Amino acid sequence: MVVDELTDEVVDHLFHALADATRRDIVRRCVREELSVSRLAEAYPMSFAAVQKHVAVLHRAGLVTKRRSGRQQLVRTDLDAVRRARQVLDELEATWRARVDRMARLLAHDDADPAADDPAADDRGRGGNR
Amino acid sequence: MSVTRVDKDFDTLTLTVVAEFDAPVERVWRLWDDPRRLERWWGPPEFPTTVEEHDLTPGGTVTYVMTGPDGQKSRGWWRVTSVEPPTSLEFIDGFADQDGAPVPDMPTSTVRVRLTEHDGRTRMEVRSIFDSREHMENLVRMGAVDVFAQSIDRMDALLAD
Repeated sequence: MVVDELTDEVVDHLFHALADATRRDIVRRCVREELSVSRLAEAYPMSFAAVQKHVAVLHRAGLVTKRRSGRQQLVRTDLDAVRRARQVLDELEATWRARVDRMARLLAHDDADPAADDPAADDRGRGGNR
Repeated sequence: MSVTRVDKDFDTLTLTVVAEFDAPVERVWRLWDDPRRLERWWGPPEFPTTVEEHDLTPGGTVTYVMTGPDGQKSRGWWRVTSVEPPTSLEFIDGFADQDGAPVPDMPTSTVRVRLTEHDGRTRMEVRSIFDSREHMENLVRMGAVDVFAQSIDRMDALLAD
């Protein structure tokens, strides 16, 4: 699903899907782990068929994926693989940018003698920072 | 600006960062090679880092611990796969548990560092590749659960009014 190209129809499906507290709860539970419809049904005071219907609504809205495993139907919240990869690499980029900045600062202040730049480093790896 | 180029490949889960420093290659190498220097840039300042083991030889291990503002400690490790001072270093970077043992379901990345000197300035290229998409996704899931669950909680609160 390309986020920039949400049609009215897709948005309607999304809002309808999330307009129900049970469905929001299913989405929340299935972020962390894949759950079977029967496991989900144990969590709510409703029939297996009713839960299955909720899952179908979420599936139509693209909020969860369904797959069969034997006689079970497994449900997982779909955060979209590309978005997940982008999120992790964006965070890693921010980490490295910050590291490079710290490296540049150290190089600007560091002198040639390795022991001279941080007297606290001698006593124990690290004293209080500054 | 020290960072001159960033490339991301979402298919191979690779990040490449190129930076330039106004320092000769030996000094940039020392930032990796000297544990007291490494601990001053590897982690953010709010998470003071102590490098414990630091063996930059093939097969060698680097271990470190970061202490958060709440006193919580996070540990990590490198397994050095190749090293050619002062221009090249490759290692696997991973998460450790409180005893320093690698955490099985958390992602590891292969990191390759290349340093080249031109006219007294040093170009550093760092390429970091996630070793498994599945494990990388565990990382997102941990972070995403909160964000996602929180926004749904907010929706619940709004809708309950």
